[in-house]
Amino acid sequence: MQINKNIAISESGFIFNPSNGDSFSTNQVGLEIIRLLKDDKGKSEIVSELVNKFQTDSATLEKDLGDFFLMLRNFQLLNE
Amino acid sequence: MIQLPYERPFIQKLNTGSMNKFGTKTEFAPVTHLESVAVSKIIEEYGSPCFVISERQIRKNYQNAVRAFKTRYPKIQYAWSYKTNYLSAVCNVFHQEGSWAEVVSIFEYNKAIQNGVDGSKIIFNGPDKSENDLALAVKNKSMIHIDHFDELYMLVALLEGTDQKAKVAIRVNMDTGIYPMWDRFGFNYENGQAWNAIIKILAHKELELVGLHCHIGTFMLSTSAYATAAYKLCDLAINIKSKYGLAIQYLDLGGGFASSNTLKGSYLQGADIIPSVDDYAEAITSTVLNSSFNKDELPTIILESGRVLIDDAAWLIGTVVATKRLSDGRRATIMDFGVNLLFNAFWYDYKISPAQEFTHHTEDMVIYGPLCMNIDCIRENINLPLLNKGDQVVVHKVGAYNMTQWMQFIQMRPKIVLIDMNGKTHILRENESLETMIELERMPDHLKNINSKV
Ligand SMILES: Cc1ncc(COP(=O)(O)O)c(C=O)c1O
Repeated sequence: MQINKNIAISESGFIFNPSNGDSFSTNQVGLEIIRLLKDDKGKSEIVSELVNKFQTDSATLEKDLGDFFLMLRNFQLLNE
Repeated sequence: MIQLPYERPFIQKLNTGSMNKFGTKTEFAPVTHLESVAVSKIIEEYGSPCFVISERQIRKNYQNAVRAFKTRYPKIQYAWSYKTNYLSAVCNVFHQEGSWAEVVSIFEYNKAIQNGVDGSKIIFNGPDKSENDLALAVKNKSMIHIDHFDELYMLVALLEGTDQKAKVAIRVNMDTGIYPMWDRFGFNYENGQAWNAIIKILAHKELELVGLHCHIGTFMLSTSAYATAAYKLCDLAINIKSKYGLAIQYLDLGGGFASSNTLKGSYLQGADIIPSVDDYAEAITSTVLNSSFNKDELPTIILESGRVLIDDAAWLIGTVVATKRLSDGRRATIMDFGVNLLFNAFWYDYKISPAQEFTHHTEDMVIYGPLCMNIDCIRENINLPLLNKGDQVVVHKVGAYNMTQWMQFIQMRPKIVLIDMNGKTHILRENESLETMIELERMPDHLKNINSKV
């Protein structure tokens, strides 16, 4: 699982994929996950980072990450 | 380290320049209070889901509707259409304001009597009145609106040889330029059937023809249809006067004024396209005033408005049960209320608001109810904040027909609560329980024990 490394990310959650011109907006948690993916972090590392940083628990995060990865794949931002 | 508030991760593709088929994005402003009462507090006290009715809004709607007609025409009477919402407390708000009752079954009729309405202020409509029903209505001097010849002859037979008289009107159906035409109720104007029925009534001295009635449809977006309807009723009334010397006492224009809900498939928000009660009133009263009635014989105009008086006076509040992703990538949100409680979701795109604050991020989603059936869909497309399990929502303008057409299927029906003029809440109807559900069931002895097969 690898994020498309070419994508540009702005502080405000704007994402641009230069390979096809698609652009996206994401929220703060989404932005954090994409940054961690760019740093080659795996799912379990992402969960533990986010549990520390946000008011949530790992069960909620596991569920939400699964859904978020699905959308990233859908938008061709994530390669298997 | 201080932890940041969590919102589930969200990503949305930006489509520059394309039209947004989800309409104007006004829906996601949170509605945390209904009048002065917190949604969370109502749910805590009465459970979720829960219908909430505003007494203040009902009275305001009624007074506005009366004003719209009274400022244009001297003789106006409203009759509350029981089927729209026949919770007795709701009916009594209308009756306190001066409204008569309009009923279409003996159940509704008896409910009106029980609410204290004088029999002479009940309009009895509908195609299904039994001989006993008619006998009661005659005794109480109610206005019987005859729907078909079978009813007319039944009534004549009932009164024959007695010295009783019945106060009657006929329901007239007609072409008002609206499709589909509701021609299954009453007698047709264009083909002469209505006139025929009038002649038959006038030939029976036990029948006193007091009025003419029509109800041309519901959620009518055209005011000119009402002008046409009023014109045709006036035409009949004036003919009766000139041929038989009888002055008709009232013209009942029925209901049908649109509420400010948005019809499914409409690109415009309901509130932007519907006529106001003043617009309908202008069409009707100017037609009647321009007809050739004698000044001292102007008929009373009766209105049986339903949805326009109650839709925006009630909300359904509920809770998110779960969120999931559908196979095509769309998000689905499952609520603890469905078409079992919101029967009119089949016609309306109900406005739904979150009942707590969110960030500015929103997503398109489908809203489903809790029933295990495919048609249980409240909104096919709606743009809302990132809802999570346990979040509360407010569905707007649900006062008409839902609390009478709701179905007990899979789930039991919840409480209905009133917010009174002082912001105090009252239960108007308790939630159903297993006991309520089985109260009417009977168990044959041989089926009582599931371990003893005979
Ligand atoms: C005879 C009659 N009167 C009044 C009404 C109330 O109609 P609305 O809610 O459209 O005003 C109805 C509703 O179908 C009706 O059948």
